[in-house]
Amino acid sequence: MSGPALVGVDLAFDRDGRKVLDGASLTMGAGEVVALLGANGSGKTTLLRLLMGFLRPARGRVFLHGAALEAHGRRIIAQKIAYVAQTHAAPFPFLVRDVVALGLLPRTGWFGAIRAADAERVDEVMGRLKISHLADRPYTEISGGERQLALIGRALAQGAEILVLDEPMTGLDYGAQMRLIALLRALAAEGRGFVMSTHHPEHAHWACDRVALLEQGRIGAEGPPGQVLTTAAIERLYGVKVEAVETKAGRKAFAPLNLG
Amino acid sequence: MSNASCIEARPRWRRRAPGVLPVLGVVLVISAAGAMTLGRYPLSLRDLLAFFGARLHLVALAPERDDLLRNLILEIRAPRIIAAASIGAALSVAGAAFQSVFRNPLASPGLLGALGGSCFGAALALLLGLSWAAVQGLSFVGGLAAVALGVGVANAFGAASMITLVLGGMISGAFFTALLSALKYMADPYDQLPTIIYWLMGSLTGVSLSQALTAAPAMLAGIAALLALARPMDALAMGEDEARSLGVPVAWVRYGAIAAATFVTALAVSLAGMIGWIGLFAPHFARLVVGPRNAVLLPASALVGAIFLIGADCLARSLVKAEIPIGIVTELLGIPAFLLVLRRSRRSWT
Repeated sequence: MSGPALVGVDLAFDRDGRKVLDGASLTMGAGEVVALLGANGSGKTTLLRLLMGFLRPARGRVFLHGAALEAHGRRIIAQKIAYVAQTHAAPFPFLVRDVVALGLLPRTGWFGAIRAADAERVDEVMGRLKISHLADRPYTEISGGERQLALIGRALAQGAEILVLDEPMTGLDYGAQMRLIALLRALAAEGRGFVMSTHHPEHAHWACDRVALLEQGRIGAEGPPGQVLTTAAIERLYGVKVEAVETKAGRKAFAPLNLG
Repeated sequence: MSNASCIEARPRWRRRAPGVLPVLGVVLVISAAGAMTLGRYPLSLRDLLAFFGARLHLVALAPERDDLLRNLILEIRAPRIIAAASIGAALSVAGAAFQSVFRNPLASPGLLGALGGSCFGAALALLLGLSWAAVQGLSFVGGLAAVALGVGVANAFGAASMITLVLGGMISGAFFTALLSALKYMADPYDQLPTIIYWLMGSLTGVSLSQALTAAPAMLAGIAALLALARPMDALAMGEDEARSLGVPVAWVRYGAIAAATFVTALAVSLAGMIGWIGLFAPHFARLVVGPRNAVLLPASALVGAIFLIGADCLARSLVKAEIPIGIVTELLGIPAFLLVLRRSRRSWT
């Protein structure tokens, strides 16, 4: 892993007089997969949107490759960072292929031709996500999970080295979740970095190099999943007592002690 | 899924899209030629060919026949056909643009109060007895003022998000409709009021060739500006954060599209008064045929709108002896046409 690619320092954000974030700092290195965990309303989406530059922080700065995010041009940022939102609905029936191809926009610009190599990249991404059969289906007529995969495809077609994913597993079936985890690991091995929020501690264990826990507006704990995601930390975050189990393959999972 | 069923599952517009624009272009030319032959004094296609042939010195026409054809074709029919085509194209493209930037299939040129503001501006000029150029100018100023008020209201309630902009537009539209009612109340009931009311119903009767030839290039320029925003508008139609993450300057694209769409709407209003429904119906029809990508949708909407309004104008001037205001015809035709389109479109609305 080389130096930090995307860094948020001491980020604060208020909404309607309420402090959503108050001094949250997060670092992501190239080729690193970082999971962001926190309870509902803890500010995960706000932190990701601050890292993307969609929101202006009340305090703190975001740096991309050592330079302030705002110092990079909008199109340059889009060539380096891609984003997939938590929930999404489109009002018009764009084809899945066209949704994925929107990812080419930062490179082609508003008027640039889409060359054969670009079209091949779109096909390759859809193949990698196993959504090639959806290519000519309207985005509005596929399931929520399939839409999520199409949006991840768009982010990959963007060719960005950093992907910011807000709960990317939402709506995916179990198989698609596991395939996405495998894909994240493969892409990280190729040098792409990920920051993703998730509500699944197991996913953080299986997919991520590092975990950050968002508590009371700041990062309460950060480090390798094995060190940070303890049963005590999960109880503190979610108010649920759990026990940890480990499979023969060494994969960790959590189960609640009491559902009553 | 087999290849065969994959192909079967494709929407029909995917396969038709590439060839649709030239076909619509040909239909537009045929519609315009057909409209040229219709009227109190019917002309044949041979008359049309002879007249244009004479202009190119290919055939000779008797002077009195040439004068008659010149009067009918250039002075009477060409202005309204050019005006109908450009107004239909302008309102349809404005509707498609509003729908994209507001991510709302029900958006139309009336959404941000642009139509109401333009009508108020033009009616004010009519009340004051100003020139046609002043009618155009005040119509544009009224449209922009209404949009500025709508956007101002949206900004006053926080970020100009899609919902606050729509609410701002509703407030602005209601405000300018009230002002328009006040103008009608103040107008001389024997002279000015009938003029304003008849004009508000929409009519191509008074459009001269010079007016049509002045307004049409300006409308085409507005349409071209919107076409230049086609790709970023695709991204914006997917959502603000999606567009931002693709490097699209959301505020610039949104306000640029709103300004261009308001500009062409105001020009259309200043030329022919209030012509409703076309900005809502034509983009939906075009979307069913070519899909939602703005690079194809905008030109297709323009062609569909132009063809529709030329057809509506033909009906307006040939259904009964006295000419019916075209706004009434578009409303009567637009509602069933929109219901038909709605049947097909609603499946994709989420």
